[in-house]
Amino acid sequence: MVSVVYEAPGSVADAVTLLVNSDITASVLAGGTDLLIQMQSMVNETRLVVDLKKIPEMMNAILDDEGLQLGPCMSCAEFTSREDIKLVYPGLVESAYLIGSTQIQGRASIGGNLCNSSPAADTVPALIANNARCVIVGPSGERSLTVEEFTTGVGENCLAKGELVSLIKVPRPAANTSDAYLRFIPRSEMDIAVAGAGVSITLDEDGICTAARVSIGAVAPIVLVVPEAADALLGTKVDTTALQAVADAASAASTPITDRRGTHEYRRHVVGVLAKRAAAIAAERVRGVQS
Amino acid sequence: MTKTHVTTTINGEVIEFLCEPSDTLLAVLRNELQLTGTKEGCGSGDCGSCSVTIDGRLVCSCLVLGVEAEGVEIGTVEGVADKDKLHVIQEKFLEHAALQCGICTPGLIVSAKALLDENPEPTEEEARYYLAGNLCRCTGYDKIIRAVMDSAEVMRGDAQS
Ligand code: FES
Ligand code: FES
Repeated sequence: MVSVVYEAPGSVADAVTLLVNSDITASVLAGGTDLLIQMQSMVNETRLVVDLKKIPEMMNAILDDEGLQLGPCMSCAEFTSREDIKLVYPGLVESAYLIGSTQIQGRASIGGNLCNSSPAADTVPALIANNARCVIVGPSGERSLTVEEFTTGVGENCLAKGELVSLIKVPRPAANTSDAYLRFIPRSEMDIAVAGAGVSITLDEDGICTAARVSIGAVAPIVLVVPEAADALLGTKVDTTALQAVADAASAASTPITDRRGTHEYRRHVVGVLAKRAAAIAAERVRGVQS
Repeated sequence: MTKTHVTTTINGEVIEFLCEPSDTLLAVLRNELQLTGTKEGCGSGDCGSCSVTIDGRLVCSCLVLGVEAEGVEIGTVEGVADKDKLHVIQEKFLEHAALQCGICTPGLIVSAKALLDENPEPTEEEARYYLAGNLCRCTGYDKIIRAVMDSAEVMRGDAQS
């Protein structure tokens, strides 16, 4: 175990000051479900832990005409219990509901999932499908990135020393739009994705797809956006042929590894199946509201 | 290393303790406060035997730092019974023989109570999903689920009367 210097600032500005001025390695603490495990394997290290959960705006979620302004540290349990959010982004809420157990969801947060930057992070493909952005605050002020720009490698992201994600912004979807997220794990609950796919689809009154986003997880060092899969949907009625093209494009874009959860051939196949099924579910959700 | 002073509420009682900032809440409960009902199975968030509630939310106390307890309300298995009178869930666990070695039981009781507080009328499937983070190597789960479903029914009846 490490020895810890613990701080729980009351504002984002104070958190940034603590992080910038630290001469020891600093970690930001959200739910802690990844960080505490990582710290268990460290020896002879002193670490500054800056807990963001006492900062009110890090724990809030506001849904209005513009979209969702999500405090990155809100627990997945609280997030998934928000019926108003589920109505607008059912797929994003599903992705948060798939993380770990009830107990893990009681602490784990979407901001933590993003900043842990695992390729298998469940909420990330769903955020990307919804065109989400993250606001980063640091010593030199504020900047905003798309979620797909944020992660740069396995466990690596764009955050520089002193920076933290202060807000996740998900734009309000256009009319007749819905989303879905699916993942595959070897058991029915509580595991890490072998592959995952998030899809957002917009249909016009005739059921023709006018916009789409497809994002796949756990099949490359970072979560990928697959424009070819989205293009395969445009102008179609999201029929079997279009869905098969989505599956083929998602499989083709993947570059998975082999590990104990699955071989790369298997992951490549499964990610295509998940992408087409998620697209079908998202389209069905739009039709359900339209009819 | 200097210890940190923490003021928290556990099972309705205001409690103060000193801990290392790296101590988990589980370690503090068991070693500092002698609340040894909360068990350690894995220490990594996988087994649920360390389940407690924080401000009403079910969490693994092995994945929470003791210092994070400042100003929150914690519920442990010691707070489930009303002094000597067992909670319905505890009685039903006994009645249905929903335990063998018992290491998972405190965590399951706390989780089952959190489930029924949130959702007094769960389907069996909902109960199984909610409790999927509580591992039991002995019972095969069926007796646990029967005890929980039976508790739910009794608690609904009590709430009406
Ligand atoms: S001891 Fe905490 S989940 Fe196993
Ligand atoms: S009764 Fe032994 S682990 Fe559950």
